[in-house]
Amino acid sequence: MEIGYYPGCALHGSSNDYESSVRACLSALGVSLRELDDWICCGATAAHCLNQKLAVALPARNLALAERDGLPQMLAPCPMCSMELIKAGSLLAQDAELRREISEIVELPVSGSTQILNLIQIFQKIGAARIKEAAVHSLEAFCPACYYGCLLTRPPENLRFDDCEQPSSMETLLRELGAQPVDWNFKTECCGAGMTIAHEETVLDLSNKILSNAAAHGANCIVVACPMCQVNLDMKQAAINARHGTAHDLVVYYLSDLVGLALGLDQQALGIDRHFVVRK
Amino acid sequence: MKMPDEPTIADVERIAHASVRDCYQCGKCSAGCPQAHAMDVLPNQLVRWVQLGRIDKAMRAAAVWQCVSCMTCSTRCPKSVNCAGVLDALRQLSVEHDAAAPGQRRTIVFQQAFLDNIRRNGRLREMELVGIFKTKAFFGDLNIPLLMKDALLAPQMMKRGKFHLFGERVRDRGLVQRIFERCHC
Amino acid sequence: MARIGVFVCWCGENIARNVDVQAIAAAAAEEPGVACGVAYKYMCSDPGQTLIGEKIAAERLDGIVIASCSPHMHLKTFRKTAQRQGLNPYLVEMANIREHCSWVHHDREQATAKALDLIRMAVAKVRRDQALEPIRVPVTRRALVIGGGVAGIQAALDIADAGYQVVMVEREPSIGGKMAGLSETFPTLDCSQCILTPRMVDVAQHPNIKLYTCSEVESVDGFLGNFKVTIRKRARYVDIAKCTGCGQCWNACPSKKNLSQFDYGMGTRTAIYVPFPQAVPARPVIDPAACIRLTKGKCGICAKKCQAGAILFEDHDELVSEDVGAVVVATGYQLYQIGRPEGDDKLSGYGEYGYGRYPDVIDSLQFERLVSASGPSGGELRRPSDGQVPKTVVFVSCVGSRDNAKGLSYCSKICCMVNAKHTMLYKHKVHDGQAHVFYMDIRAGGKNYDEFVRRAIEQDGAHYHRGRVSKITEENGRLIVRGVDTLAGEPLTIAADMVVLASAIRPAERVEELAQKLNVGYDEFGFLSESHPKLRPVETNAAGVFVCGVCQGPKDIPESVAQASAAAGKVLVMFSHENLSREPEIARVNETTCAACFACRRACPYHAIDQAEIRDRGGKLIKRTARVNPGLCMGCGTCVAVCPSKSADLDGFTEQQIYAMLECLA
Repeated sequence: MEIGYYPGCALHGSSNDYESSVRACLSALGVSLRELDDWICCGATAAHCLNQKLAVALPARNLALAERDGLPQMLAPCPMCSMELIKAGSLLAQDAELRREISEIVELPVSGSTQILNLIQIFQKIGAARIKEAAVHSLEAFCPACYYGCLLTRPPENLRFDDCEQPSSMETLLRELGAQPVDWNFKTECCGAGMTIAHEETVLDLSNKILSNAAAHGANCIVVACPMCQVNLDMKQAAINARHGTAHDLVVYYLSDLVGLALGLDQQALGIDRHFVVRK
Repeated sequence: MKMPDEPTIADVERIAHASVRDCYQCGKCSAGCPQAHAMDVLPNQLVRWVQLGRIDKAMRAAAVWQCVSCMTCSTRCPKSVNCAGVLDALRQLSVEHDAAAPGQRRTIVFQQAFLDNIRRNGRLREMELVGIFKTKAFFGDLNIPLLMKDALLAPQMMKRGKFHLFGERVRDRGLVQRIFERCHC
Repeated sequence: MARIGVFVCWCGENIARNVDVQAIAAAAAEEPGVACGVAYKYMCSDPGQTLIGEKIAAERLDGIVIASCSPHMHLKTFRKTAQRQGLNPYLVEMANIREHCSWVHHDREQATAKALDLIRMAVAKVRRDQALEPIRVPVTRRALVIGGGVAGIQAALDIADAGYQVVMVEREPSIGGKMAGLSETFPTLDCSQCILTPRMVDVAQHPNIKLYTCSEVESVDGFLGNFKVTIRKRARYVDIAKCTGCGQCWNACPSKKNLSQFDYGMGTRTAIYVPFPQAVPARPVIDPAACIRLTKGKCGICAKKCQAGAILFEDHDELVSEDVGAVVVATGYQLYQIGRPEGDDKLSGYGEYGYGRYPDVIDSLQFERLVSASGPSGGELRRPSDGQVPKTVVFVSCVGSRDNAKGLSYCSKICCMVNAKHTMLYKHKVHDGQAHVFYMDIRAGGKNYDEFVRRAIEQDGAHYHRGRVSKITEENGRLIVRGVDTLAGEPLTIAADMVVLASAIRPAERVEELAQKLNVGYDEFGFLSESHPKLRPVETNAAGVFVCGVCQGPKDIPESVAQASAAAGKVLVMFSHENLSREPEIARVNETTCAACFACRRACPYHAIDQAEIRDRGGKLIKRTARVNPGLCMGCGTCVAVCPSKSADLDGFTEQQIYAMLECLA
């Protein structure tokens, strides 16, 4: 299976362990990723906070590239990117005047027809049965709190792959691989998102609640599918402990990390050894 | 750059793709907002001010920039009012009209530095962003701890191969700049 | 030679402002066949009608045209005017020069010209009108009441007390509806069953009421005054004539852990059971899915214990037929099913409230059962999770209601009062408990209603918070309710022991199917459509079918009872006539030219066309023909349009009339 691939700035920046993880894991499952040529930043939080037109134009440029390069589907492992791409695509698909205007701005025709998939959806597309068949290790030692973060399942009008209030797609997959995900209450609560540098206290406060609730419900690790969440919960875990006097010690895995481990890939290949909080 | 006219309800609705008249002030947005306890004004109150045409007041709230854009408000709104969009619009207008709450300067400086970075490079060059942001924040607030904070993080990131001194740039940077110009940014 | 009178109404300024009424009255008088043209300010008024009457007599008119408002307004009025003067009421036509002319056009010259055209068309039509007589149909003076809740009970008793027979069909094993399951009712805090059960017994014992329980309406044929109803009596597996209600069977039944529908899942019951102690009929029913004998072929203890030999394991559904003249629909409501519903329901659930995940998050009817003296915990309020008495209870308003995003845009009307009532019942049972209510608005418009809500706050200490709840989670056995108080301007989180969701009320399940059988319309939510929201709230557009209670729209008990008596009143009006009349503007088939292709029969939406045979005196078949049933035909004209041989036509709206009207404009 070949699919378009939009890494986004984080996966080529300080979350390059996520890219290693995604590439290694999907390659082992026979999925080849065709990276979008000369993709540009989706605009992230900054664009939609400061300039709504730019917030549509930047992701639209990437959608136009995907259409030009004949990629009907594209994996965007960062939910911020996938949400911006989907939002732009949806607005473009509904408004002919906007399509005309944006096509001019991005210097390529764009229609918004590309289907954007997140990490969970690509695993669903491959199929749990196939993944289970290819698995060589059981994940029974893992009792993860599956953390979806605030953007993965929103907005519900556009995203219908899981319930936006009580999502369970990660749990379903991990259970197939032997893991024992816990039931907990902060699945879709925000970790502080892009405030990591701009206003760290917000992240430390919100992410603390997430770590605390996960631990309180018996989790021995966290699973995420978002690079911002991973950084906020992992890289900042020490700072959270310092600020709140807590002693959190939870490894924060990417979903592709755990799937990769089940498939028999090693920690280096998956980039797990490059996390801040590692398994002792 | 200060705009000559005061923003109107129509301005907000256009930028936000929202219909504020639909809001019946039930407060579910405020109830679910993770930052509500820290905000000076609640999300539903911001929408109320827009309904009353008091965009001048709404733009100046610190809440506008305390928002983390988690979309919980819009997702749960029983009237499908795009509350997150209204906050976006207020953010944009607060900068265009130089009306943002002074205490939120740090966040605004960061987001602007982020966009500048994209304009120059097409993709985010993280160290460049951090460097420029910390410098601006330092000179803006005389906030020495901010300058030094995370300094210890750099070697830890280097150790993990996450530190990219330069980072990536797109090939067609001229296109990126033209996109920005066409969006008046 | 025709002698037609044209009467042009000024309608005050409504018509005269944009149409030169004097001019068109004069011009109309010049038209061929028109004997006189008159303009007057208010044609529908007493002097106006007198004027028409005088002209009919003086000018020997054989047809009249009233150029005024819409026929929906006053066609009946002017027909009566004509009839009083001895002119056949179907020789009356109206030209709508108000809604179709003066109200929508502002150029006086153009509007006047159009008004004259409309009058000329009406004249062309009335010249070809035939004198028609209303169709008389006999009326079977028996009524069918569908639904045995408080509304159905009231309607049935009113009709039965007036001396007429009533057939009541109830889907559940007992009548009583939702009211039978309530604890106390607002605003009096009367014990619900205490005030309802005497009425239920009246129904059971009334000589004029024939009660079918565990039954549903299977099909309805016929028309106003002459309905033939087929009722499906579902298998009860108990012969209620033999059964004495002694209770040996349900006391011995080993299948005990079945969730009780009457308790909305808050309690359990045996497979053979009486839904509640005051059930009418007070006889058990077997749940075939829970019965060991019926599912696995074993057990059968109840039959062994039964001294009356009333258990019928071989029972099966039975179809019975009843002839009635009027139908009253009183099918009541169900609660919006929150949580994640299965299947294709366009209503998505409230996943953020945890209903179905957390056992202590319940809905308002479930709460009623928990506090009800005959409920699963004997009236002691205990948490479903651990049986503890909750010390903090949060009541959430508008769950499902007033929620465009989730699909129900309307207000359910009763929940504000129900919540206030619940806080009071709670306080009366748990003296050291604290109730919190999250609300958007308080709707308490009835008599003593607002005082009732204030009592809950001022005397019984309920805390009311204006704002909605965003999310409910459970931590360490307590429910964390994240809401907001918009009046104080603060988010508000409450750790509660129990949460009660005031879910929206919706029409009963599968009411749309029933409505289709009765040809009654319903809105997007399934509420049955009344003929006119203000002036005809209990009639439907299906002649002879009436509605009352929540099936027509959300309402409380006093309103349901009032509507039930209103519906009964309408039925009694029907029954007070020897026979009923129907408008004669219906289809007619020329049986000589009819080719018996029956395209009309297939096209007719009212199943009003029969296949008939014409035989000679010897009984030999001459030909087949389509024949219109004058009781069912609604005069829609579909058959006229499809008939290939032009044999079908519409009395009062013939093809010849329509062509004549069109030729006027040429």
